[in-house]
Amino acid sequence: MPGAGELLLPSSDSLASPLCSGRRPLSTLLSIKNLLRKDTAYNPWSVSFLAPLLSFLSAKHSHISAKCGPMTRHDDLKEMLDTNKDSLKLEAMKRIVAMIARGKNASDLFPAVVKNVACKNIEVKKLVYVYLVRYAEEQQDLALLSISTFQRGLKDPNQLIRASALRVLSSIRVPIIVPIMMLAIKEAASDMSPYVRKTAAHAIPKLYSLDSDQKDQLIEVIEKLLADKTTLVAGSVVMAFEEVCPERIDLIHKNYRKLCNLLIDVEEWGQVVIISMLTRYARTQFLSPTQNESLLEENPEKAFYGSEEDEAKGPGSEEAAAAALPTRKPYVMDPDHRLLLRNTKPLLQSRSAAVVMAVAQLYFHLAPKAEVGVIAKALVRLLRSHSEVQYVVLQNVATMSIKRRGMFEPYLKSFYIRSTDPTQIKILKLEVLTNLANETNIPTVLREFQTYIRSMDKDFVAATIQAIGRCATNIGRVRDTCLNGLVQLLSNRDELVVAESVVVIKKLLQMQPAQHGEIIKHLAKLTDNIQVPMARASILWLIGEYCEHVPRIAPDVLRKMAKSFTAEEDIVKLQVINLAAKLYLTNSKQTKLLTQYVLSLAKYDQNYDIRDRARFTRQLIVPSEQGGALSRHAKKLFLAPKPAPVLESSFKDRDHFQLGSLSHLLNAKATGYQELPDWPEEAPDPSVRNVEVPEWTKCSNREKRKEKEKPFYSDSEGESGPTESADSDPESESESDSKSSSESGSGESSSESDNEDQDEDEEKGRSSESEQSEEEGEKKKMKKRKKVPEGQREGSSSDEGSDSSSSSSESEMTSDTEEEQVEPASWRKKTPPSGKSAPAAKEISLLDLEDFTPPSVQPLSPPTVVSTSLAADLEGLTLTDSPLVPSLLSPVSGAGRQELLHRVAGEGLAVDYTFSRQPFSGDPHMVSVHIHFSNSSDTPIKGLHVGTPKLPAGISIQEFPEIESLSPGESTTAIMGINFCDSTQAANFQLCTQTRQFYVSIQPPVGELMAPVFMSENEFKKEQGKLTGMNEITEKLTLPDASRSDHVVVQKVTATANLGRVPCGTSDEYRFAGRTLTSGSLVLLTLDARPTGAAQLTVNSEKMVIGTMLVKDVVQALTQ
Amino acid sequence: MIHSLFLINSSGDIFLEKHWKSVVSRSVCDYFFEAQERATEAENVPPVIPTPHHYLLSVYRHKIFFVAVIQTEVPPLFVIEFLHRVVDTFQDYFGVCSEPVIKDNVVVVYEVLEEMLDNGFPLATESNILKELIKPPTILRTVVNTITGSTNVGDQLPTGQLSVVPWRRTGVKYTNNEAYFDVVEEIDAIIDKSGSTITAEIQGVIDACVKLTGMPDLTLSFMNPRLLDDVSFHPCVRFKRWESERILSFIPPDGNFRLLSYHVSAQNLVAIPVYVKHNISFRDSTSLGRFEITVGPKQTMGKTIEGVIVTSQMPKGVLNMSLSPSQGTHTFDPVTKMLSWDVGKINPQKLPSLKGTVSLQAGASRPDENPTINLQFKIQQLAISGLNPPLFAKEDWP
Repeated sequence: MPGAGELLLPSSDSLASPLCSGRRPLSTLLSIKNLLRKDTAYNPWSVSFLAPLLSFLSAKHSHISAKCGPMTRHDDLKEMLDTNKDSLKLEAMKRIVAMIARGKNASDLFPAVVKNVACKNIEVKKLVYVYLVRYAEEQQDLALLSISTFQRGLKDPNQLIRASALRVLSSIRVPIIVPIMMLAIKEAASDMSPYVRKTAAHAIPKLYSLDSDQKDQLIEVIEKLLADKTTLVAGSVVMAFEEVCPERIDLIHKNYRKLCNLLIDVEEWGQVVIISMLTRYARTQFLSPTQNESLLEENPEKAFYGSEEDEAKGPGSEEAAAAALPTRKPYVMDPDHRLLLRNTKPLLQSRSAAVVMAVAQLYFHLAPKAEVGVIAKALVRLLRSHSEVQYVVLQNVATMSIKRRGMFEPYLKSFYIRSTDPTQIKILKLEVLTNLANETNIPTVLREFQTYIRSMDKDFVAATIQAIGRCATNIGRVRDTCLNGLVQLLSNRDELVVAESVVVIKKLLQMQPAQHGEIIKHLAKLTDNIQVPMARASILWLIGEYCEHVPRIAPDVLRKMAKSFTAEEDIVKLQVINLAAKLYLTNSKQTKLLTQYVLSLAKYDQNYDIRDRARFTRQLIVPSEQGGALSRHAKKLFLAPKPAPVLESSFKDRDHFQLGSLSHLLNAKATGYQELPDWPEEAPDPSVRNVEVPEWTKCSNREKRKEKEKPFYSDSEGESGPTESADSDPESESESDSKSSSESGSGESSSESDNEDQDEDEEKGRSSESEQSEEEGEKKKMKKRKKVPEGQREGSSSDEGSDSSSSSSESEMTSDTEEEQVEPASWRKKTPPSGKSAPAAKEISLLDLEDFTPPSVQPLSPPTVVSTSLAADLEGLTLTDSPLVPSLLSPVSGAGRQELLHRVAGEGLAVDYTFSRQPFSGDPHMVSVHIHFSNSSDTPIKGLHVGTPKLPAGISIQEFPEIESLSPGESTTAIMGINFCDSTQAANFQLCTQTRQFYVSIQPPVGELMAPVFMSENEFKKEQGKLTGMNEITEKLTLPDASRSDHVVVQKVTATANLGRVPCGTSDEYRFAGRTLTSGSLVLLTLDARPTGAAQLTVNSEKMVIGTMLVKDVVQALTQ
Repeated sequence: MIHSLFLINSSGDIFLEKHWKSVVSRSVCDYFFEAQERATEAENVPPVIPTPHHYLLSVYRHKIFFVAVIQTEVPPLFVIEFLHRVVDTFQDYFGVCSEPVIKDNVVVVYEVLEEMLDNGFPLATESNILKELIKPPTILRTVVNTITGSTNVGDQLPTGQLSVVPWRRTGVKYTNNEAYFDVVEEIDAIIDKSGSTITAEIQGVIDACVKLTGMPDLTLSFMNPRLLDDVSFHPCVRFKRWESERILSFIPPDGNFRLLSYHVSAQNLVAIPVYVKHNISFRDSTSLGRFEITVGPKQTMGKTIEGVIVTSQMPKGVLNMSLSPSQGTHTFDPVTKMLSWDVGKINPQKLPSLKGTVSLQAGASRPDENPTINLQFKIQQLAISGLNPPLFAKEDWP
């Protein structure tokens, strides 16, 4: 009995005085019952209480029923419920449910009904549940009688019974059972059956509404259920999330990708809830895709959302973007953001209008402008649905069409009004049509409007006239046409039409009053006939405002109005006063008396507004004895030029509400509405969403990158940071490619800090593009400095750092001091800035330069090489994605710096080379060799290039681009690719300057002829099984004490050969795998090291020569 | 989400209420009645009515208002879509969804509603599952139930709810395995008074009735899928397959369902198969007007036009109409001013026409509105879009 702890508390309390307290006999009973079932030591004791208690209860009830028996109509029902016949019970329950359905009170039957909760007949049972759920809240004590039935149900082997027991149990709104519910939910949340888990998710908001104190515990359950991988649960748990803890957006991180991927298979209702939650999530986690489209050209692959700048950009966003522009990096869509957009798009085809709308709002709020268009078609399709659906969709379309007019323009005709549409739909369609009207389509739209004016639906006609007015203000070209049309409407026989036209004309005239004296005169005549107050008021205002255009008519109108003043509506009276005042100021000779008359009438008006206005006006215009300060300015006050009204859509700015929401529809914040947050300025950490990837992969990714970065002289532009986790998009790889130069990194093995680093890198990577040019300059300077410690370099190369990765990170650290400060201090402790380093000479040189800012030497390779090498590097990354434990990582470049040309022989030109172990850009079969030139002469060396090579068969060279000039003291690096054709033959070529030619040759160590391969242990074994016999070379060796530790071994092997580590189950065995570059033959290396120091090295490879040489090299490296 | 549901008939009686959370007093409907009064017609009652503590979302179908009460923010379409689903389910259960039918089957209705929502959140809305849970009443079953005392509630548990294809129940068996597909297309056109088409569009649906044993996996392909401009699917259709191959691949629900609805782009203007000649004039001098309409076929590809119904809303000034049709029957309701003429089939040799006079209110001036004519018709065996009959194939079907 899991609930023992919770249940004991109330029971021990009530057991103390079960009967005398008498407050809650039934809760006591419940507790007792639970105790009984628990079979505890209390058992005999509580039984003694139980019998009298039960009899007490039943007596009480029989008493009640006996008392009200004659009065109630339900005696027959009670009798039926008390029988043993299921059919009678059923009949009774049906009648009771029918009563409930009609809203009749059936609560007095509660005791009789609840008795049947354990009835065998399934329909009776169901109907009892219906009854129970309806009345339990009112009869809490009695409802408790049923609880044990459900508790038993929760243990049923059948999942559906478990689920329905939980469902009913959680639906009974009785606060006292909260602990029981909590337990049941917790248990159900880890039930085997997804259906029960779904029910548990449903129960969460029920419990929450019953007792919000349980929030923390419920959040735990939600968190657990969010991790559920079944589609059945997803929708329900997100619904629970939205009701209980919508602010805990952090719970979503780990499940974000899963939700995106499951979405299409979730049932429709769940889809709606998930999509709207993800919309909010995405707004907090990703950057705005529209923030700075101007910079997009820099990223050719993102050209698809770099289309035309939309004029309808919100003013706010524009400002924000403008402000951020100087500092912002080019926008790169987060792959997770893309994932969401991609996975929701097919749902636009859903049959459910709610899902389509949800996706539409998601796209509207989250998609780059050029992609939002896809939703238009789906929304237009919804217009053929029920009128209620149309109503909601049109409201949203109206809002969207203000912001993105172009989106719906092709569908203009779909918004044409049908005579069968309800008025509210017609008006919304008009709204959309007006929003869509522009210079090109206005003739069509106006023609359509003309038809509408003849409609019989007067509200609609009035709305049409308003719409025409709006078109006229928005599109200057048609203003006169519209005005003429409206003037014609003034002779319409329908007064409402005329009145509406007057109001609209008034607004239009305000824009250009001078030319329209005629219209004002025409309007003035209308005052005799037109009765609609608003229209009369509009005319009077117009005449007053433009009285100088109608100097003869205006006083006459005032005369007529003065006559009928008392009979006018308030709004008209106010305008009469207004007119009188204006006329008095311009034409006091004619109107002085009239004005005074009007003001006197107004002074005694019933409406205090009018009396106030009259008093106010009189003081202003009629100079009194002591006043006059104001009256001097009366003309300015009354006849000031007034700005023309702006006729705008009522849907303007509604989009600050999440579209598709109730709040948007009402244009008011509904209870429980979750604000759609603004885009963040800086993208929050995207790595929080990494889940599926086991930690070690991430680490190795991370480490691998570091290896990549490590070749200090390497083509840093070609460097890429595999910042995304394993499941992210391929496109992101290129997006997040970062310059190694700006990378910061730590050699930590802890995955947590790795994550942090990783995304710092990512951000850094984005920015680096822009910073690149500066860096380049710095790097050149750097080169000079680098020459200095050359001597030390050799010296320390023997000092093999055991913590090679830390050294590599150190080297990166030099890249950016700023970054250094940002880094958590912890890792620095782990990576002492000592001289410990990889055997490679270049690293050592870096260490010496540690405190300098500039990161690495910028190669002089032209941009073309850069772009291709980028792709190649990425390829390399996926290849080299080996799951190495970080601390066991190898240094990258195996062979250290080798001399190609001594400076004496080269007359001041010293040339070294290293194997960078990066895939070569142009050709994956080539080994990429970094050539370092330094000029130690005192004259510039010009035109450095590779002369005609004399190559053995099969070997080919990709030359580095010509270095135009190398000034004295300067150094530079170039990359060339050599295809050694899987042999260790030397590549001989000439190195030419303008004046001299040097014959040089590069001979690769065998370990450089291969590239690491990622494979699992099983794959490794499988491949190894295929390469036995002749292809297997075995050598026994004794490991010296110094190289018995894990990472030394790994480090030495990987330093010798460019191989990737393969995870291995046993501790004493090391496995490495690679492929030869040219033929792609596998090279598998196994080292079986005994603790005693005896070891056996096995190399399996098709290329026997390579295998033999490799064994030799590795043995040598290990035994040294 | 959805707190309560009230069913209200057009005369304003609440004849059914169901609460999924705490009981909401039916007085909340007063706000609805107010709105109903303000709106002159039932269709004009706003679907969303805010009240101080609740929001009322309603749909109007079959002369019944389905009013859902909600308390917190929820996508309105979510509720509206659900209410329509409720109506569809009732229709599916009882054949028609009307006040008397609901009243007669109030217990079944209540049970169904109970299953459809849990705490206001949709639980089982697929008709296949619901029918497993609660069997729809039939005459036979009613008879059997009264004799044997068995019930409408299924005694088997709905295993479909647990499966990956929640829309299909398990263990379906038929002796005659058959599947029918109906392609229904509708033209929706606005034609101005001179007879030129302003807008026309074709919407189609494919309704299916599939009675196949087991778990059939079907595919359906079209000769010319390009015609389909915009489609929406039953959830059983695999999106991916459609995207890549333009083939409908699905495991169908058992029984009737709507597989697909589509839209044929209006760009290539649709040929309307009928025309209407009209001559309606009101004279100022007399209080009489002339009224004459003729309906004729146009481009019907040899098919007969059936079920022609002409309706027209007359201006308010019209008092009565005395008309004589050449075929069919006509009615004019002097209160709503609605003229309706049930024409039936069109015989191309003898075109149906409706002629007569209109009597106008004496003294009132000539109405300046032009009445709109609504014309409905049916053509059997013709897909106006030219969508070719689909090819049907079954896969993975034992």
